Amino acid sequence: MLKRNWLYIALLAALIVLPYALALVAGEPLDKGVPLFGQGLMVQVFIFAVFALSYDILMGHTGILSFGHALFFGTGAYTLGILVKYGHWSILAAVGAVIAIAALESLLIGVLSLRVHGVYFAMVTLAFATVGSILVEATDFRDWTGAEDGLHGIPVPDLLNPALHRTEFYFLSLAFAVIVFLLVKRFVDSPAGRVWAAIRENEARAISIGYNTLIFKVQATIIAGVLAALAGALYALWNLSATPLTMDVSTTINALLMTIIGGSGTLIGPMLGAGVLQLLGYFLNTWLGSVWQLVFGLIYVLLVLFLPFGIVGTWRARGGSWRAAWSEQLGKWRGVLKLAKRR
Amino acid sequence: MNNILEVDSIQTFIGQFHILEGVSLEVPESSITALLGRNGAGKTTTLKSILGLTPPREGRVVFAGKDVRGQRPYDIAALGIGYVPENRAIFRALTVEENLKIAERKKGDLARRAEMIFGLFPDLKRLIKLSGGQLSGGQQQMLAIARALVPDNRLILIDEPSEGLAPILIEQLMESIRSLSAHTTILLVEQNFRMASQLADRYYLIDDGRTVKQGAMKELVNDRATVHRYLGAA
Repeated sequence: MLKRNWLYIALLAALIVLPYALALVAGEPLDKGVPLFGQGLMVQVFIFAVFALSYDILMGHTGILSFGHALFFGTGAYTLGILVKYGHWSILAAVGAVIAIAALESLLIGVLSLRVHGVYFAMVTLAFATVGSILVEATDFRDWTGAEDGLHGIPVPDLLNPALHRTEFYFLSLAFAVIVFLLVKRFVDSPAGRVWAAIRENEARAISIGYNTLIFKVQATIIAGVLAALAGALYALWNLSATPLTMDVSTTINALLMTIIGGSGTLIGPMLGAGVLQLLGYFLNTWLGSVWQLVFGLIYVLLVLFLPFGIVGTWRARGGSWRAAWSEQLGKWRGVLKLAKRR
Repeated sequence: MNNILEVDSIQTFIGQFHILEGVSLEVPESSITALLGRNGAGKTTTLKSILGLTPPREGRVVFAGKDVRGQRPYDIAALGIGYVPENRAIFRALTVEENLKIAERKKGDLARRAEMIFGLFPDLKRLIKLSGGQLSGGQQQMLAIARALVPDNRLILIDEPSEGLAPILIEQLMESIRSLSAHTTILLVEQNFRMASQLADRYYLIDDGRTVKQGAMKELVNDRATVHRYLGAA
């Protein structure tokens, strides 16, 4: 157990030590300068790691392509924001409401749209998410959502205020990511998780064994939707606001990229993908200024060409050997170049 | 002998194409019945129509005394029909054990039948932890059949089990299917007439989406003209 999971344990240990290591290296206290900033960056990584993980349940494990996953992220953010700010609910009660509303929402969308398959489902989910986007930006609800400005100034108790208690918030987000990871691992390894895998591979086959696959797909959608909404709620706590960006299609695309680059269907892959994308995005932005997205795009292309199954997926496919993975890909490209020369 | 399955002049369309224009057949309990015909005659569609994967528009499909036409495929399967589609339809990403386990309808199905299944397919026991994709073609075919044995199925539909297998594997497979018939009823679609003729008790011949001939397999074997006319070579 310990031996097989040492990579995971080492990663967790590193993340636990990280704030203190940053403080030590920078020679600054935990709540100032580099350590403060570094923890903030990592909080966002943890939140998006959970969001990407929830997307992996759909895309990587059940084979459902959704273009509307941001709807649930945004639902979580806005539900928490509205209930806490205007309903004066406690955070805990609001989180309960986030779970209930996201479950209901994903149940409805799942039942209504999972009868269509593949790219058609993706289009239907995109339509639903666009409706969400339009609603939160609509001026009719400005008093509740703040329309295109977003909802700001969510009042939270001091202990949960990320500006005042950064390190506590860091560990809260880390714990959240770890718990969700263990939970999803449990789901995926359960009998229902096997049926998800069967559906991903060949839905007709799963049906002919005797499974009503719609039920299992709806189940996956609900679990993914609730987890995405919880990530969105934490994101609202972190920002003390909920903005239309949380519902935007670009947020879905981010989850999609994190999943593909990390390795779809591997659980830890999309979480690492979230880390790579968030951190890379930040550093490229700082170093390169406005051209950073161009370089970012090039890196995407290279990653997809050279790691066809994502970081973790390619690693596993080559028995944990990077050298084998690289040399195979390099060999392939050498072949392509030779062919091009001959012409 | 009771018929576990009675198909009465079913008509099946796929899109706008009228594939089955009246297929009728009866499968007596504890027997092997072969469904024969050329490529494109409608054999696979007949199996899919029984299970509701391509639901027939007309006719009746009576399984264990109950008309199941129009029911959902997973509900029909749950009544006790196992389906072994062509092309070794296993789940490549799942292990052999998971492939079997996923077919359980009641908890403990696999454990209850493990002895029978591994008796028929001893190789699978050895390969239990491998993923489906790592198996050879013959092993995948065995696994696909074994999967249909896990739940309490009273009828198993097997589509072209010998397709693409080496002759030596076909012999093994025939042996397994023959022993299998002691436990359940089989409706077998097979292009390989030699294999079908050695296994089945009865046959149905379909051509252009219709049942054209039926009877005891022994008679067909001696009726060279019919075999030549409907199956080409023999």
